[in-house]
Amino acid sequence: MKSSETLIKVLRYLRRYWIFLGMSLIFAAVTVVLTLYVPVLTGDAVDRIVGVGQVDFDAVYAIGKKIAILVAVTALAQWLMNVCNNTITYHVIRDIRKEAFGRLQILPLKYVDGHSSGEIVSRVIADVDQFADGLLMGFTQLFTGVLTIFGTLGFMFSIHPWIALVVVCITPVSLLVAGFIAKRTYSMFKLQSETRGEQTALIDEMIGGQKVVQAFGYEKKAMERFDEINNRLEKCSLRAIFFSSITNPSTRFVNSLVYTGVGLTGALAAVSGRLTVGQLSCFLSYANQYTKPFNEISGVVTELQNALACAARIFKLIEEEPQTADDADAAVFADVKGTVDLSHVDFRYRPDVPLIADLNLSVKPGQRVAIVGPTGCGKTTIINLLMRFYDVDNGEIRVDGTPVRRATRDSLRRSYGMVLQDTWLKAGTIRENIAYARPEASLDEVVAAAKKAHAHSFIKRLPDGYDTVITEDGGGISQGQKQLLCIARVMLCLPPMLILDEATSSIDTRTEIRIQKAFAGMMEGRTSFIVAHRLSTIREADVILVMKDGKIIEQGNHEQLLRRGGFYANLYNSQFAV
Amino acid sequence: MKSLLKYLSDYKKESVLGPLFKLLEASFELFVPLVMSAIIDTGIARGDTGYILRMCGVLVALGLIGLACSITAQYFAARAAVGFATKLRHALFGHIQSLSYSEMDTMGTSTLITRMTSDINQVQNGVNLTLRLLLRSPFVVFGAMVMAFTIDFKAALIFAVVIPVLCAVVFGIMLVSMPLYKKVQKALDKVLGTTRENLTGVRVIRAFNREKDETVRFDRENEALTRMQMTVGRISALMNPVTYIIINAGLLAILWRGSGAVSVGELSQGQVVALVNYMAQILTELVKMANLIITITKAGACAVRIESVLKESSSLVNGGKMRPENEGKDAGGAAVRFDHVSLTYKNAGAESVTDISFAAGPGETIGIIGGTGSGKSTLVNLIPRFYDATKGSVQIGGRDVKEYDLEQLRRVVAVVPQKAQLFMGTIRSNLLWGDEEASEEALWEALSAAQAREFVEKKEGGLDAAVAQGGKNFSGGQKQRLTIARALVRKPQVLILDDSASALDFATDAALRRSIREMPDAPTVFIVSQRTSSIRHADQIIVLDDGQTAGIGRHEDLLKSCPVYREIYESQFEKNTEKREESGHEKQ
Repeated sequence: MKSSETLIKVLRYLRRYWIFLGMSLIFAAVTVVLTLYVPVLTGDAVDRIVGVGQVDFDAVYAIGKKIAILVAVTALAQWLMNVCNNTITYHVIRDIRKEAFGRLQILPLKYVDGHSSGEIVSRVIADVDQFADGLLMGFTQLFTGVLTIFGTLGFMFSIHPWIALVVVCITPVSLLVAGFIAKRTYSMFKLQSETRGEQTALIDEMIGGQKVVQAFGYEKKAMERFDEINNRLEKCSLRAIFFSSITNPSTRFVNSLVYTGVGLTGALAAVSGRLTVGQLSCFLSYANQYTKPFNEISGVVTELQNALACAARIFKLIEEEPQTADDADAAVFADVKGTVDLSHVDFRYRPDVPLIADLNLSVKPGQRVAIVGPTGCGKTTIINLLMRFYDVDNGEIRVDGTPVRRATRDSLRRSYGMVLQDTWLKAGTIRENIAYARPEASLDEVVAAAKKAHAHSFIKRLPDGYDTVITEDGGGISQGQKQLLCIARVMLCLPPMLILDEATSSIDTRTEIRIQKAFAGMMEGRTSFIVAHRLSTIREADVILVMKDGKIIEQGNHEQLLRRGGFYANLYNSQFAV
Repeated sequence: MKSLLKYLSDYKKESVLGPLFKLLEASFELFVPLVMSAIIDTGIARGDTGYILRMCGVLVALGLIGLACSITAQYFAARAAVGFATKLRHALFGHIQSLSYSEMDTMGTSTLITRMTSDINQVQNGVNLTLRLLLRSPFVVFGAMVMAFTIDFKAALIFAVVIPVLCAVVFGIMLVSMPLYKKVQKALDKVLGTTRENLTGVRVIRAFNREKDETVRFDRENEALTRMQMTVGRISALMNPVTYIIINAGLLAILWRGSGAVSVGELSQGQVVALVNYMAQILTELVKMANLIITITKAGACAVRIESVLKESSSLVNGGKMRPENEGKDAGGAAVRFDHVSLTYKNAGAESVTDISFAAGPGETIGIIGGTGSGKSTLVNLIPRFYDATKGSVQIGGRDVKEYDLEQLRRVVAVVPQKAQLFMGTIRSNLLWGDEEASEEALWEALSAAQAREFVEKKEGGLDAAVAQGGKNFSGGQKQRLTIARALVRKPQVLILDDSASALDFATDAALRRSIREMPDAPTVFIVSQRTSSIRHADQIIVLDDGQTAGIGRHEDLLKSCPVYREIYESQFEKNTEKREESGHEKQ
């Protein structure tokens, strides 16, 4: 995306706030001009205070009144400008975040699966912040900065062109000096950040593995290694920090040269009567501030570029193609019986990697379908298709005879109860989590669901029972317990069809038995698809789908498949050999 | 924050000289308006060009001296800040290493890493800026007022009024807005949390058709954030306009006083200009100071966090060195004995293990089995004192573990933790953790016993094959075997395998157990496992249920007497029979 395109899109967001934007520019202009005008008036006043008996009290009083009014106006304009800028910035941020989040809810799963959550979060949070800060604040700073420079130049040249020329000539020196130092210190900062990286890696490893470190009494060795890096870091940090901190005094020195230059030429001009003392004092105050906008602008430009880059990333997210919308006359599934037909289904995640081809499957109400195969063979793909997290490329999936593509996603998903191995719980209380499908469910209903899921006994023992708060990563309860909660969540509404994903590991036997019992209770009389690892589940299935490398290579019940002596028989013998 | 100051004590000289040179620079700066006023009053008034040139020379000289002073100051400040941070980092790293498991559990690894890295950097920055600017700005402000007094008493009174009013406004606004900024951060964290939650839970959210509710929730949080930001914005937007008004009011007052004084000859025109210049200096310095205070406050918050880690003392008290006469003495037949041991974790309501008693003889194998959270790992962690028992006592060789020197204790007890953790380096460097002086031969012996010899031999470089960070270039099973080898290199008296063979197939698991038993000076082995097959041949099996002993005995006895054990065994027996134990192969 070109930055000009990005800029146009940014302007589209600003359009809603154009009144504030216009006012902000006007107030900025007023502020700058008046701020620059006050020293002129002050100079004027000084010129009326020449010496004993040479004070024009009336004029000084009149100028004073003028200054007072101007200052009041300036302050007001400045405040209003700030308020306008805040309004624009925070509202644009809000709008962009809102839109980005709304888009996330309708993006196809493909997008979410294809990007790490950290990456997307950083777009919605950090990039938006940076964009708003950089672009909007940068914009006003650029505007006022440029205005200040030209305003100052205008005032200076109108008072005395030659002195103005002195200021114009010496000022760039300070920028040169700053640039020179920045270039020289770059390599020092690079070395510093490399050394820091090295140290962080060691810290990561040693503190992350502290239990092992302590168990093997490695602390002293670790300290030695740490100190070695730490001492190197001290040396290069000192260099980087010291040399970069020379910038400020140096530019200040250049500033004092400008000041002296103005003083010298101004005083000489005053001696020959071409400049008044008041004008000189006005010049001196300009000389003091003139370099400031230059320094600011050089920072603003990089900030603006950065902000545009952030904006481009956010727009890429916002403009990502959403999933196809439901048809206007889409069917709505209600009271599904549980017949599921897959006919000639083709599907692939990436166009160049073939996956499922010509898959046919017919499931009668109440049947159990077990999906088996080695890890990474694409068992979850079937779940993705059944739930319409992904749409099939060719062929059709029908539920009770209605093609799922022609029905609303909502009603389809409502007809399935899903328990994934990757147990996701939201931050909140246990009760909120169980009642996720039906937030209005009463406590009794929640408890009943938990009991059916064999989760009641452990919930009861938690410090706050059903009101125990689970943190974002589900901290505080074990993996197996999480899975029980996910089962309870489905138990509460118990749809006519089920999709279950058996856990492979990290669950101890006794919890696993509970989960098995809960699963069995749920599956009673319901069409179920199970990604299965346990022998008992597989044996009791009506249909077993054997998958390998993303394809369904065998299909049938346990006995049939064993008799066939194919891949399943092999798999069975090596993994579940009895 | 005070306790961190001791790390600055080696840099007393720098910490004094830095600000001192800064003050020198500032005082030279303060002379500038006076010189200018002399140029106006003497040079211009008398038309003395030579005088003007001389005075401009003085201005350049003042600038040069200021530059020299300031660079010197920057150097001392940088040295003190960097040195301070280096010392602090060293101390903090050492301190974190001394923390025991229970402190690590409560604080969390990622927090500690942040303290070590970004927090210390912030503090370093804070110290640097403090040394450079904290004294300078008030000095210039105060100095400007003093200079004003030398010019004219009555005009100086204006400064005496303006300065406190300015301070009150600047710091008042900061004081009001700072806690509000914290609230903004909290609101932002909420928005962030919701976004992340929606991404990680996207399948569940869509499966339950909760997209709309989630969007409503997000909008609500987003709206709250915007409102909060607007409130803070409105307050901090006051800063510039209000200070501008105050300064200019001061300016007007100076003109008013000046016009009166000049007309009666109390002041000269140049002096009025000087007073105006001093007023301008005050404003710039106050703005700098306000920014500085924000940085320092941030650094202060980081310092407090670092301090809280440093304050967290290890709950383990190191026992004295074992007296030489007791060394190696085997008091009473049991190698490890638990005597009515209970443990309550820090901040936990209930005991995690309760009233455990047993005795393990030298060379015996003890199996520990039970459900998740039944206290298996807790129990074995008590042996090398990763945690201290809150009740009862744990003894090794007849002595309470608390009497041992920690280093010595951990030399006697080797642990293979649940999570196989290797460190960047080579296979050799990882194995040498067990015993730095171990010979090549000893390393290979350990690898053989850990069933790792074969794959290490196949690796390019053998023992010197590279290990990536976290051992990422090894499979789960290989990592587990290497961590077991690392423990065996130690030649411990007590070996603890905390579910550390879970990625091994049954045959390898069995071979491993056999070779450990056959080692010369076979250690007392504790095996924590989910699999009955791993522990069924143990001399004693301890069955844990909810932190309590549900049974102790041999496999056959427990099958008869312990229902919990029988339940576990039968649930696994259904799918793994004897045959599998022999014929399985590693799943990786």
